[in-house]
Amino acid sequence: MSTTDAFVGHAPDPYRIGRSRDWVSTGGGRGFAHATGHGEGGPASKRVIVGYGFWIFLLSDIVMFSAFFAAHAVLQTATAGGPSGRDLFNWWSIAIQTGCLLASSFTCGLSAVATEARSQIWTQVGLLVTGLLGLAFLVLEGRDFAGMVMQGAGPQRSAFLSSLFAVVGLHGLHVSAGLLWLGTMMAQVFVKGFRADIMRRLVCFNLFWHALDIIWVALFTVVYLIGEGR
Amino acid sequence: MFGKLTWDAIPWSQPIPLVAGAVVILAVLAVLAWVVIKGYLPYLWREWITSVDHKRIGVMYVLLGALMLLRGFIDAIMMRSQQAVAFHAAGYLPPEHYDQIFSAHGTIMILFGAMPFMIGLMNFAVPLQLGVRDVAFPTLNSTSFWLTATGALLVNLSLVIGEFARTGWLVYPPLSELAYSPSVGVDYYLWALLISGVGTLMTGINFVTTILKIRAPGMSYLRMTIFCWTALAANLLIVAAFPILTATLGMLALDRYLGFHFFTNEAGGNMMMFINLIWVWGHPEVYILVLPAFGIFSEVISTFSSKPLFNYRSMVAATLFICLVSYLVWLHHFFTMGAGADVNTFFGISTSIIAVGTGVKVYNWMFTMYGGRIRFTTPMLWSIGFLVTFTIGGMTGVLLAVPPADFLLHNSLFLVAHFHNVIIGGVVFAAFAGLTYWFPKAFGFRLHEGWGKAAFWLSLLGFYVVFVPLYIAGLLGMTRRLQHYDVAAWRPWVLIAGIGILIMMAAAACQVAQLVVSIRQRNELRDETGDPWDGRSLEWATPSPPPAFNFAVLPNVQGAEPYWEIKQRAIETQEMPAEPHYEPIEMPTNSPTGFITAFFSTITGFALIWHIWWLVALGIIAAYAVFVWFAWRDVVEYSIPAEEVARIDRARRQARAQWLAQHARAGVPA
Repeated sequence: MSTTDAFVGHAPDPYRIGRSRDWVSTGGGRGFAHATGHGEGGPASKRVIVGYGFWIFLLSDIVMFSAFFAAHAVLQTATAGGPSGRDLFNWWSIAIQTGCLLASSFTCGLSAVATEARSQIWTQVGLLVTGLLGLAFLVLEGRDFAGMVMQGAGPQRSAFLSSLFAVVGLHGLHVSAGLLWLGTMMAQVFVKGFRADIMRRLVCFNLFWHALDIIWVALFTVVYLIGEGR
Repeated sequence: MFGKLTWDAIPWSQPIPLVAGAVVILAVLAVLAWVVIKGYLPYLWREWITSVDHKRIGVMYVLLGALMLLRGFIDAIMMRSQQAVAFHAAGYLPPEHYDQIFSAHGTIMILFGAMPFMIGLMNFAVPLQLGVRDVAFPTLNSTSFWLTATGALLVNLSLVIGEFARTGWLVYPPLSELAYSPSVGVDYYLWALLISGVGTLMTGINFVTTILKIRAPGMSYLRMTIFCWTALAANLLIVAAFPILTATLGMLALDRYLGFHFFTNEAGGNMMMFINLIWVWGHPEVYILVLPAFGIFSEVISTFSSKPLFNYRSMVAATLFICLVSYLVWLHHFFTMGAGADVNTFFGISTSIIAVGTGVKVYNWMFTMYGGRIRFTTPMLWSIGFLVTFTIGGMTGVLLAVPPADFLLHNSLFLVAHFHNVIIGGVVFAAFAGLTYWFPKAFGFRLHEGWGKAAFWLSLLGFYVVFVPLYIAGLLGMTRRLQHYDVAAWRPWVLIAGIGILIMMAAAACQVAQLVVSIRQRNELRDETGDPWDGRSLEWATPSPPPAFNFAVLPNVQGAEPYWEIKQRAIETQEMPAEPHYEPIEMPTNSPTGFITAFFSTITGFALIWHIWWLVALGIIAAYAVFVWFAWRDVVEYSIPAEEVARIDRARRQARAQWLAQHARAGVPA
């Protein structure tokens, strides 16, 4: 059986991920004859385009975070005679926040599995639990922030606290925006069902939510763990 | 109720901004009235404002860029004339006004003149050159444009309501902090740039995705035009650099609005961090401008030399080299920071090395012309003018890259002359070359050559008469941004520069005249075939102006110069390629999303500047509502029936066949 027949049969992966780089060369171009988005095959599918574009957005978002991380790294010791991280961090709260966020990524993944199975109810349940965990995270973080401001350790106190509130707050702002998006997605899945465009948006939302998790891991390390040692 | 906004915000006592503002407002009202009375409003709304067609958006970007270039040019005229008269005198512009003018000049020229112009040309040409029907995210593209327009609007609003920053175009702290700039000037700057920066970032995402994922069948990477390559590099830079601008300006906004201490003098703030961060964006930014410019020159020089571009692959490599190294040079903007000899050496060397990439390109352009059959059209003149001017600017740049020399020349007019040398000689010349080159494709008629050439020669002459004296004044120790001065040795050079600006004004007048004359003589200048310059890349395969779907059938690319090959085959065989099988085409529907988002962004930005908090909340809620409303739509595409596609494409084929027949009769050797 020739390769062409194989494609007609049960459409294997035209990108041949993990297979040898046997380029199909038609007319001098370098690319797979049937793969879209690689030159030879013409424009990629909508799903690939949307996912790819969203990845690029996430990269840009991470670049923005990196600027805030850099600022925090520079200002971490600039406490101006005020409290340092060791005086302020509430480890129980931070641990629970971390737990909530990691668990929410897991449930977000479960909702994606349910979406693949076209299960309306389990997709909704997965998203709902994700949202509740995200909300719990935000409430705890807000409580920590409020507590620090009460003790006179608000962002106006020192450059260290400015950068701390900014970088952690920016992540919190992302989680808040994510919750708004999540609510909108639940309504859309409910009203419009598993339409192709809704599915693409769910993919993007999943990517976004996991990216927030990755940023939290960096926050945990740079702001809290290293900050505790300073 | 209205925050800090009172009637005193309008500069009643200052005649210059008041009269200028009144004239602009009257002009805008007159244009609006004309549009409404003539009944063009529905047409404008349907075909332009809500359009998601990359060509229309590109044209609007270029229009915005051209208007803002003129606006920034007026600032330049004011600065040059002020310095011409302010020798041992106060001149006619008080310091607080003069400071706003040089800040506005830089901000407007770079961010709202040059950027939209380049992004507009990319919008117009890249999908056509890739042989596809639109960008990856058409509605997002429209939103990007309108957010850029929002930023431009806010900056210009500061002329009549309140004031603009008096800090220079990069608002260095601590001067830009609340303690030293308590008025709204810096806030106008911050929100204008934050809002338009989001638009630019989305353009970057859109174009990276488009170029990497949406190309005609057979268009592998090494068959893309150099303009597409440079657009890819520039947009990669946007994706990596603009978030840093957003972050940096966000930090400054937190300092000013909520009393944070990122860059303040007290409580541990670090203002040198701002200088570092802003230039980590700022240096790639100049390559975001100049890389597409290099792409335009590559297209123009190859087309008008009637030759393929010399050493295409080294051009690609040089582009990507510049793209990468542009991130390793930012510290050369502040060698005097005191980072030490090691750091300064690294950045001095990396700055000198980045010139190698550009040098490769300059040689490639020269070798492309060598042995070619050169046609000295207006775009080609701009390109040759660029080659000479940019090389001089590059050499003064390498001079400034040497830290000990930079310590002497830092902050002087020598520096000002250097970066105008590369930005005018590079970006602005490219903008006009690109405009003249693609204008017939966009509108179906060419621009008038005589007026275009006059504009070129006057610009070239005017440029040297302005900036060579500024180089000399800088070497004589004249610093930048002087409202008045009393050193007699500088006086003659400043006066010569003042004469130069008159020549530049004549050049600008020629540009406007060129447009007016071309529109009036459009029938004589008509481009019937869609290929007015004997072009080589795919945009010339479409009729002028191209239909909404660009290509009736996506071209099957088989080489690096696909359209040239198709054309040569047709000339050799004396017949058109067989008529393809037409199918209905799905195109994205128009959407007012971008316009409405920008409307609410403008309101939110204005409310933030004046501390009108309820309006801020309203604006944000409305923006979210627009987002949901847009996400809720069900019809996202409309179908163009196969018969319609066939009708349009047959007209194109007929024009080409006619040309082919004439070509054969004329006996031009293929």
